[in-house]
Amino acid sequence: MASVQISLPLPVLPEGWSCEKDFKAIGHLSQTNDRNIEPVGPHFLAHARRKRHRRTFSEDDRIQAQVNVKKVEDDDDGDISEPEDPLLLQREAKDWKGQDHYAVLGLSKYRYKATEDQIKKAHRKKVLKHHPDKKAAAGGTEDDQFFKCIQKATEILLDPVKRRQYDSVDENADVDPPTKKETQKGNFYKLWGKVFDSEARFSKVQPVPKLGSENSTKEEVEHFYNFWYNFDSWRTFEYLDEDVPDDNENRDQKRHVERKNQNARRKKKTEDTARLRNLVDDALALDERIKKFRQQEHARKNKRRLEKEAEQKRLAEEAAKAKEEEARLQAEKEAAEKAERAEGKKAKEAAKNAAKKNKRVVRGAVKDANYFHGAGDAPAAQIDSALNDVDLIITKIDHEELATLTGKLNGKKDAGEIKQIFQDEVKRLVGASKLKEGECKSLSA
Amino acid sequence: MSAGNDPAQRVAIGISFGNSYSSIAFTSGEGKAEVIANEDGDRQIPSILSYVEGEELHGGQAKGQLIRNSKNTVAYFRDFLGQEFKNIDPTPCHQSAHPIQNKSSIAFQIRDTEAEDQNTVSVSEITTRHLKRLRNSASDYLGKTVNAAVVTVPTNFSNTQKSALNKAAKDAGIEVLQFINEPVAAVLAYDARPQAQLADKIVVVADLGGTRSDIAVIASRGGIYTILATVHDYEVSGIQLDQVLMDYFAKEFIKKHKSGGDPRENDRSLAKLKLESEAVKKSLSIGTTANFSVESLAGGIDFTATINRTRYELLASKHFAAFTRLVAHAVEKAQLDPLDVTEIILAGGNSNSPKIASTITNAFPGATVVLAPSTSPTAINPSELSVRGAAIQASLIQEFELEDIEQSTHPMVTVTPHLSHAVGVLCISGDETSGVFHPIVDAETPLPVRRTALITTPREGGNVLIKLAEGARHIKVTKPEPKPKKEKEEKDDDDDDDEDSDEDESEEGEELREKTWKVSNVLSEAALRGLKKGSKVEVQINISADLNANCIFREVGGKGGVRGLLSGSKVTQNGSA
Ligand SMILES: Nc1ncnc2c1ncn2[C@@H]1O[C@H](COP(=O)(O)OP(=O)(O)O)[C@@H](O)[C@H]1O
Repeated sequence: MASVQISLPLPVLPEGWSCEKDFKAIGHLSQTNDRNIEPVGPHFLAHARRKRHRRTFSEDDRIQAQVNVKKVEDDDDGDISEPEDPLLLQREAKDWKGQDHYAVLGLSKYRYKATEDQIKKAHRKKVLKHHPDKKAAAGGTEDDQFFKCIQKATEILLDPVKRRQYDSVDENADVDPPTKKETQKGNFYKLWGKVFDSEARFSKVQPVPKLGSENSTKEEVEHFYNFWYNFDSWRTFEYLDEDVPDDNENRDQKRHVERKNQNARRKKKTEDTARLRNLVDDALALDERIKKFRQQEHARKNKRRLEKEAEQKRLAEEAAKAKEEEARLQAEKEAAEKAERAEGKKAKEAAKNAAKKNKRVVRGAVKDANYFHGAGDAPAAQIDSALNDVDLIITKIDHEELATLTGKLNGKKDAGEIKQIFQDEVKRLVGASKLKEGECKSLSA
Repeated sequence: MSAGNDPAQRVAIGISFGNSYSSIAFTSGEGKAEVIANEDGDRQIPSILSYVEGEELHGGQAKGQLIRNSKNTVAYFRDFLGQEFKNIDPTPCHQSAHPIQNKSSIAFQIRDTEAEDQNTVSVSEITTRHLKRLRNSASDYLGKTVNAAVVTVPTNFSNTQKSALNKAAKDAGIEVLQFINEPVAAVLAYDARPQAQLADKIVVVADLGGTRSDIAVIASRGGIYTILATVHDYEVSGIQLDQVLMDYFAKEFIKKHKSGGDPRENDRSLAKLKLESEAVKKSLSIGTTANFSVESLAGGIDFTATINRTRYELLASKHFAAFTRLVAHAVEKAQLDPLDVTEIILAGGNSNSPKIASTITNAFPGATVVLAPSTSPTAINPSELSVRGAAIQASLIQEFELEDIEQSTHPMVTVTPHLSHAVGVLCISGDETSGVFHPIVDAETPLPVRRTALITTPREGGNVLIKLAEGARHIKVTKPEPKPKKEKEEKDDDDDDDEDSDEDESEEGEELREKTWKVSNVLSEAALRGLKKGSKVEVQINISADLNANCIFREVGGKGGVRGLLSGSKVTQNGSA
């Protein structure tokens, strides 16, 4: 044998990999299968030479060798498992349309589920038993009617198109829907499950969802009914066609029958679609899960409604409360404002009075300071000028400053001191740009 | 002791004994198998005997007698040998002598002498006469008396059937050195060609014969063959294909000649129709049109017609499809995937039909090689595969004593443990999930076995990890993005419906299927250090019948290496080489 060429690179040895003598056994090979190798070809000869080399095999070895060997050929027991109905055996081949092809081959319990392999094996068994030559040998007549039935059954069941046509109308595979009464005994899933399993054979889409059980989820159940309401069926009805006349003479007649058949097929197909729809309707109506889901849905909706109502109530209450609070605050605010306004008037009055009083003190202080004239009686002009200047100062200052000034002047009798206070005040006002330098002549130093 | 029993005096040939045809071949001094033509010039010799006024006709001449002398013509008898009457299907004999029960075996009632009376001739005797004729043809051709043969049989031929055939051959002066299975003979015929290369592969032999089809899935490992699965079918056959043409020409005939009646309803007309239909079928394997021409087909009317290949292929398409399904079924039965199949050898006369090869080619992945005349210019004639294999085997064993052959073919020697998993190495990464498993020894390899692999190393060389593991083959299926479903109208016409459903399937888009591997069991780790840039590593695995594995790892052209031992049941370690 040539070497196996592997063009993908080996992995790099991981950092730190180490092992005594660089080899580490980890597992061992899985169990082998004993099989027969074919004693053919030059390489087998070499094998045999090696295996037999200087060895003799005991009888025991020889028996042991074959114990576990894998079999390749199927056992063919040759038995027909299904008992043959004597009536069936008397069928005429020409009535093949009415025959149960599965029963003829002994496949009644398999029907549309029978595999190609099963059909072939069944066919062979039947042929071996019913071939007309065998009947003749057994002293019977050369009756080949049932043999022909077998051939016809096989021809149909082994032809995928013809088999579908037959399966489409194989009533023996139908499972009738249970009555309402039967269903209500609590067998819904078992009884209807069988119905749907049988109907599922017509589906172009496979696999077909199962009916399920009372534990199926809502999604599963919905998927199930959706599938069945949108069922895509391959069922056809040409097997039930009326025979079309085979001769070329009567073309019109031929065309007429063909048209009739077309219409009949169409009609049957429509009926079948309606039948299935009704069937699904019936199942749906009886399906406790639907009720359960509806109740659950109802309860859920109810709950949601109650919650919504409670929420609305809460919101309304909250709104009312908020409104009340607002009104209260408003009232409080108004009351406070009113009080404030009253307070303000009083204070103004008081301030006015205080100012009047203060002005009087200030003006009095001017007089006490002899109108800033120094010693001796002050001339009228001086008096005027001093009073004017003080009045000017008064107009330039507010009540508070006035009060401060009054405070400073209170109790002062010394003319110089008083004058100084006024001069300071003028200076302050000049500094605050309320007076101009030299505006108060009587007070300039 | 018969001459065939003595290796020194032995003249051995290969015989393929079919229900419809038989062939004989011998292997020349240069080891080349050659198929022998009989005195009629036929290499496919009909397995038919016919008696006319005490004279025995054989092969093609006997076949011609099916028209006038069907009652004294014996055909399709091989599968009756060694069988009880209740277990046979007499159907293929409808147009020739019918089999009858004869004590615990089967016989034919025929007038095989000049006398008027019918004789009961056992199937064993018929077989002997047939083999005698084959032996004579071979002896005439070789110029020496043939006295031994390797004979091919179907894989489901029982021991009882083999002993019956053995006895019938002995009575014909032929010592059967060995019975070999037909599909294995076919593989051997291909493997014995000088250009053939020994490789591990899965081969499917698909044989579409006259009365049955037989499929075998064979693991070919280093030139040793193991049958993994077989399928036999008696519904898919050459006779069915002939029937397609018979029905076609019968209908054409009726259309043209109303008065002639249905040629299928009259024995002689039916026989003519059948012979000519088979001839037409064979012509259509080479030509694109064929002529049907029968004198006095029915009602004394001569009939000629033509058919083109396309028409025939259309009419027979369901049989071709059924045959293809059988092949797929056999692969499934062997628990394999179509992607595992390396090649498909088409065998049996009907495999000359191009449509059979193309139908099977289409059903298998592009990498699967289909060996048939229409797909491969170097293909061996499908009708000759068995006999060539038999002749090659005959040349390999003709020098052995019978006793010796018997010992070597005993289950004591043939029953062999086969690996249940492929054994291979992890590439790119030593991590089981990201590394790529590459098999070195395939599953279903018989033990003991030795395999060597040459593996690339990282670009820079350096130290590498060699991780051996068992791998399980895994088919990765990638579905294409689903296309938006287009709304379709409900159609009532059923034919249209069928087309629609076909369309539906193709609309889904082809899935992409790939063969990948999953590491199922890590066996060992080894390191090779300081590899040169661009060097290769050689891994040699030797597995003994008791599952001990001896592994040697070394740099190609380098010194030393690492050696390790895996024990069948427990783990041991060993030193470096
Ligand atoms: N060239 C050909 N083209 C098509 N069919 C052929 C050709 N040659 C032989 N056959 C058909 O092959 C069948 C015989 O094949 P063979 O392998 O010899 O079968 P068997 O095992 O039954 O003897 C017959 O059905 C015959 O018609």
